Amino acid sequence: KFKYCRSSSIAWGKTKKVKRKVKPDEAPVQEMDQAEGEETEKKSVSGPCFPPTFSVSEIKNKQRRHAMFLKLKEEKRKQKLELKKKKKKERKALGDQAPPKEVPKTIENQRIYDETTVNPEDEEVAFDEGTDEFSAYFSRLTNPKVLITTSDRPRGRTVRFCEQLATVIPHAHVYYRRGLALKRVIPQCVSRGFTYVMVINEDRKVPNGLVLCHLPDGPTAHFKVSNVRLRKEMKRRGKDPTEHVPEVILNNFSTRLGHSIGRLFAALFPHDPQFVGRQVATFHNQRDFIFFRFHRYIFKNEKKVGIQELGPRFTLKLRSLQKGTFDSKFGEYEWVHKRHEMDSSRRKFHL
Amino acid sequence: MQHDDAIWDLIGNDNFCSYKVKTKTQQFCRNEYNVTGLCDRSSCPLANSQYATVREEKGLCYLYVKVIERAAFPAHMWEKVKLDRNYAKALEQIDENLIYWPRFIQHKCKQRLTKITQYLIRIRKLTLKRQRKLVPLSRKVERREKRREEKALIAAQLENAIEKELLDRLKQGTYGDIYNFPIHAFDKAMEKQEEETESEEEEDEEEESGTREFVAEDEFEESDLSDFEDMNNLKGSSDEEEDDEEESGEEEESEEELEEEKTKAKSKGKAPLKGPIRKKRAYVEIEYEQETEPAQKSKAI
Repeated sequence: KFKYCRSSSIAWGKTKKVKRKVKPDEAPVQEMDQAEGEETEKKSVSGPCFPPTFSVSEIKNKQRRHAMFLKLKEEKRKQKLELKKKKKKERKALGDQAPPKEVPKTIENQRIYDETTVNPEDEEVAFDEGTDEFSAYFSRLTNPKVLITTSDRPRGRTVRFCEQLATVIPHAHVYYRRGLALKRVIPQCVSRGFTYVMVINEDRKVPNGLVLCHLPDGPTAHFKVSNVRLRKEMKRRGKDPTEHVPEVILNNFSTRLGHSIGRLFAALFPHDPQFVGRQVATFHNQRDFIFFRFHRYIFKNEKKVGIQELGPRFTLKLRSLQKGTFDSKFGEYEWVHKRHEMDSSRRKFHL
Repeated sequence: MQHDDAIWDLIGNDNFCSYKVKTKTQQFCRNEYNVTGLCDRSSCPLANSQYATVREEKGLCYLYVKVIERAAFPAHMWEKVKLDRNYAKALEQIDENLIYWPRFIQHKCKQRLTKITQYLIRIRKLTLKRQRKLVPLSRKVERREKRREEKALIAAQLENAIEKELLDRLKQGTYGDIYNFPIHAFDKAMEKQEEETESEEEEDEEEESGTREFVAEDEFEESDLSDFEDMNNLKGSSDEEEDDEEESGEEEESEEELEEEKTKAKSKGKAPLKGPIRKKRAYVEIEYEQETEPAQKSKAI
C-alpha cells in the first residue's frame, strides 16, 4: 500500500497506518495496545498509535486524508461483516429459539406519525364524510359526469392525453378551451349537470398540472402532474379500454387529507363497476405521490391474477386543496403545500 | 449657433456620450427625451436646442417641447403639454404646437404618438383577457422531487399492490359468482358443511327416491372418480341443491371441453370461467362426507 510510509516513524503518530476509530467510546485503547503490540513485533499495516481525540478531518494533506478515510471505511465494513457473521452463527446455533429477524428500516416504517391519520372506526370522520360534499355521490344520488379541458392553446401531447383520459373515465367529455375563464365555465357546467371539471395545465408542450374541481360547490384540488405516459408509449400494453365501467382501487390514503382526496378520486367513477369489463383504475399513494394506473386483469386461478396495463399512466402530487369551486384569489384553502414547512423532514408525509 | 454643433462634435459619431449604446451596426440613445431612440445628429436632444418629444405617463400622452429661449433655465427647459386622449385630436394638437417646426421633428413626434397609443390599446386588451401566471420553478426542488418520485415508485411496488388488492376482493366475494374457483367455494362450503352436516344428511335421504344414478363401467379409474366427486361435492355444497347432482356428470364433460377451449383461446371472460377441475385435493373431511352419502355418483358412459 503505502510502502514508503512503513519505514518512517513519526513521533506524533503513524497517521498512514492508523486504524481509525469512529467513536471514541468503542474502546480504542484496546485496539491501540493491540496494534502497538503488533507493531513492535512486525512492521505490518495495522499499526495505530494515535491520540484518542484524533479525527480524519484534521489531516491537512488531502491525499493522506483520503487514504485515511478509505482505511476507516474498510475497517468499518470489516466490522460490519464480522458482526453479521457472528449473528448468523448465533442464529444457527439457537435454531428455533433465535430471536426473530429484525425488520429493516424503510421510510414507510420510519414515517412520522401524523395526528390526522384516520382510524377506521372513528365516528367523527364517519359523520364528516356523511355530510361533506361527496355525500351526494356516496349515497347514490348523483352520477358522475366529467368535463375535461386544458389550458389555452394545448399542444398535441396534451390533447391526446385528454382524449385518453376521456376513454378511461366513463361519462367524460373533452372540450376545447377557447380562452374562456374558468370562473365563467363553472356555472355553465353546473347548469348542464356536470359533476366534475378537470383542467389539464400545460407547459412547454407537456401536461404538468391538473385542477380537479367537484362541481356543485365542491372542493378544488390542484395537482402537479409528472411522468405522463400515453398509450402508445406503454410497453406490452393491451388493447384499448372498452366502455365498461372500471373498478377503482385507492391505496394508502391514510390521513384526513388523504381521505378527502381519495373520495375526490372515487367520485370520478360511477358506482357500479362492470366486472365483466375486468378493468381497474388504481390511485396508489406512496410518500405523497399518487400514481395512477389503468389495468385489465384476469384471474388465472384463485391465487393468481394477471394484470396488463392499458391506458395512460401519470403521477400526481397534491399542491393545494381549496374549499369551494375554483377561485385562486379569494378561495378558502384547506391545505396548501408549503415547501419550507412541509418538506423539512424526509419522513413526514401528508396524504 | 448655441453650441449645437460643438456639442455634437464632442458626443457625436465615434465619441463618448453616456447615453450612447453601441451595437455592431447601430448606435442607440438612451436619453428619455429622445424621439427616435437612435443616436443621430437630428435626434440627439443634447445637440439640438430646439427639440420636441412625446412621452407617456400612466396612460396619458404628453408633448415635451424644448426651445432655445429656455436653454438658460434647466429647470424649466422642457414644456409639457398634455395631449388629448383621442388619437386624431392629439395629432392635431401636435400640429398646432409644433407649427413652423422642422418637418422631421413633427413627423417623428406623430410617429411616436402612434406607437404609444397602439401599445396602450394592447395593454388594455390584455388586462381584460386571462393573464397567465408564471410561477418560477426551482431547479433544485424539481430535481429533488423527481428523485423522490422515482424512489416512491420503486417503494410502491404497484403491480404487487394491485394484484394483492384484486385477490383480496376476490376472496371477500365482491365479484359474486362470476369466478367459480373451487378453493374459494370449498372454503366457504366447508364452513357451511361443518355447521350443517346433519341437515344435509336428512335432505339426501329424502330426495333419494327421485334421483337418477349413473353406474360406472368396470374399467373406470379411481383417480378420475375422485376429481369428479370433488366437482360433485362442489356443486352440491356451493349451490346446496341436490338436483344438480344427476346432471353434474354430463355437465362435467362439456365443462372440460369448454375449459380447454377457453384456456387455449384466452377469452376475454365475458362468460364466467369455471375454475380448473383437474386439481386433486386431499380434503379428508370431504371424503368422510362422501362415505356418509348413500349413492356414489359416477361419470356417464
